[in-house]
Amino acid sequence: MKIEKKDILDIESLSTEEIELILDTADSLKEISTRPIKKVPTLRGKTIVHFFHESSTRTRTSFEIAAKRLSADTVSISASTSSIVKGETLADTVRNLEAMNPDAIILRHSASGAPHMLARLVRSSVINAGDGMHAHPTQALLDMMTVREKKGRLHGLSVAIIGDIAHSRVARSNTVGFLKMGAHVILAGPPTMIPQGIEVLGAPVTYYVEEAIKNADVIIMLRIQKERQQPFLFPSEREYASYYGLTTENLAAARDDVLIMHPGPINRGVEIAPEVADGPYSVILDQVANGVAIRMALLYLLLGGPR
Amino acid sequence: MKQTLIKGGRVLDPETGIDGVMDILIENGKIAEIGNEKSKIQNPKSKIIDASGKLVTPGLIDIHTHLREPGHEYKETVESGCLAAAHGGFTAICCMPNTEPVNDNQSVTDYILRKANMAVGVRVYPVGAISQGLRGESLAEYGEMKSAGVVAVSDDGNPVMNAQLMRRALEYAKGFGLLVISHCEDRNLTANGAMNEGATATRLGLAGIPNAAETVMVARDIALCELTDAPLHIAHVSAEGSVRLIRDAKARGLQLTAETAPHYFSLTEEAVMNYDTNAKVYPPLRTDRDRDAVWQGLRDGTIDVIASDHAPHSSVEKDLEFDAAANGLIGMETSLPLSLKLVEMGLLSLKDLIAKMSTNPARILELDYVGLKRGNPADLTIIDLEKKFTVDANTFCSKSRNTPFNGWELKGKAVLTMVRGKIVFDDR
Ligand SMILES: [Zn+2]
Repeated sequence: MKIEKKDILDIESLSTEEIELILDTADSLKEISTRPIKKVPTLRGKTIVHFFHESSTRTRTSFEIAAKRLSADTVSISASTSSIVKGETLADTVRNLEAMNPDAIILRHSASGAPHMLARLVRSSVINAGDGMHAHPTQALLDMMTVREKKGRLHGLSVAIIGDIAHSRVARSNTVGFLKMGAHVILAGPPTMIPQGIEVLGAPVTYYVEEAIKNADVIIMLRIQKERQQPFLFPSEREYASYYGLTTENLAAARDDVLIMHPGPINRGVEIAPEVADGPYSVILDQVANGVAIRMALLYLLLGGPR
Repeated sequence: MKQTLIKGGRVLDPETGIDGVMDILIENGKIAEIGNEKSKIQNPKSKIIDASGKLVTPGLIDIHTHLREPGHEYKETVESGCLAAAHGGFTAICCMPNTEPVNDNQSVTDYILRKANMAVGVRVYPVGAISQGLRGESLAEYGEMKSAGVVAVSDDGNPVMNAQLMRRALEYAKGFGLLVISHCEDRNLTANGAMNEGATATRLGLAGIPNAAETVMVARDIALCELTDAPLHIAHVSAEGSVRLIRDAKARGLQLTAETAPHYFSLTEEAVMNYDTNAKVYPPLRTDRDRDAVWQGLRDGTIDVIASDHAPHSSVEKDLEFDAAANGLIGMETSLPLSLKLVEMGLLSLKDLIAKMSTNPARILELDYVGLKRGNPADLTIIDLEKKFTVDANTFCSKSRNTPFNGWELKGKAVLTMVRGKIVFDDR
């Protein structure tokens, strides 16, 4: 079984069948990570380049572990070690990488659309590991996997995505993904963090966190991205925490078996109270574990079969 | 005596109101006779240009271009830009001052005009800077630049963010009879935006630029135009709100004129899908609603001029991530055919279109010749309205290739361009 496409660039371009296949494959591969010898020879002889133009220890480590558990050879490049600091353009860097004949390039980039540009230039498979404010398909897939694992289904669930919707690729990919799989999605945050035209994705928007939380089966809290914050989005972290943060008080409105998720890293005490992040409803660490399984599944489905 | 006879073309001049099959006799670079009494102007010694079946109009004028010389000759030179203009049917072009060094003084103006004199023969009217170095801090030397040959001032590419400086620019320019051309943009609202703000930007994950970034500055500049009673020209209008404000201000009798560019009435933000950097332009391509407003503005005369905003960039600036790519597209060689579509759509009469691309710019720039009149220099364009072609950027005279119109099937094209009686382009 494999996926008949060269690249994984966003959730939009995946069919529901493909998403099901990826989730099922990830479920079955997850077990490998629990063995004493966490390695299978599936991708022996394949070369995977991890090109992280924007730093991300978590996602990069997750991809690297996934590749290694499938016995692929990996090369890791980050912005500071690449020629980009010497003024080489993305297109040139990528053509050079392509000349080394990798089977897949995993790209994390601060510019929206960079993986699309890359995919047009190279023969290798390209997996988008997060581009600008656009998409983070593997995060959405691992979130869907986690929810399906805990709830047994995605269809009909109520998912609230809360926080800085405007600057979050996780919010975009999750909204598209959960809606595609038949869940209800509601978006919440201060109006400064709700982008123009978001309603075209098909999810209603509220400025009141309580309204989003009410009857939610799943709450996905987004990180306040201090490093890419524009001025004037909110007056202070203190005010943000009290009006848009998830606390034990406002959590009371959610369903008894609500799942609390966060793409990490967490700003404790800002978007999520510590006792909630570490509380009984939190599946944040399951997300991390499932991240490896999803990335193994994608590599397996893209590179596993004869090419 | 050097004579040329342009025979049998449909002569259309919005200035004089002429529209009919006529002959034009040209002597020593000037229009000697114009009419349909064959006996009067038939002359066996004349060089004859057969214009039958074609349209003969006053020379087209592009009020907004970028020639990139001095400083960025790898994108365009005065010479290559003039050649592209001639091929597009333009007999005169205005070039914006954002060169390197900036055209904020006599010597840069001199340099550009010297280069233009060595080029194909298209008239070049340099636009000087509003502020020294385009920094928006202090006025450039308008008197000196005017003597050197600038026809207007603009900080195009940069908005004049300081309202007091803009006020003084309008007042001071008035003293030299210079037009102020405003690039309307509030930089705080633009922030790091890469395309029009809205659903498409949200989908693509690109930072948006709201229409208000343009419209608030149009509103400010209209207030300053009223305050100073000085002529003001608004460059590249793209937003619905701007069209509305300009319409109202004109109704109040202000000395206000405005231009738009073919991409704003031919494309919408959809052109940015797939992150095509050739469609990355400032102001950004907007929505159907804005495009409809631009159509209406052209139709009811709110927008006086169609300019190309020809902005050449090389692959060094364009073959990049969308966020990092430069703004701008080239237009001199596609401007007329794209504009002729407005006539085909019934939005503009042919006469109104030619006015917006020729006589209106001439009047706004206060050129001492407007239209095809006896005694005026023979600046004219012959257009084949039926000529169909496919846009192929590789055949362009411009040094750059950054057009989103590559591959488009268009109809109608300049086939001859004449400046002061001299043919600068001939493709009959
Ligand atoms: Zn401009």
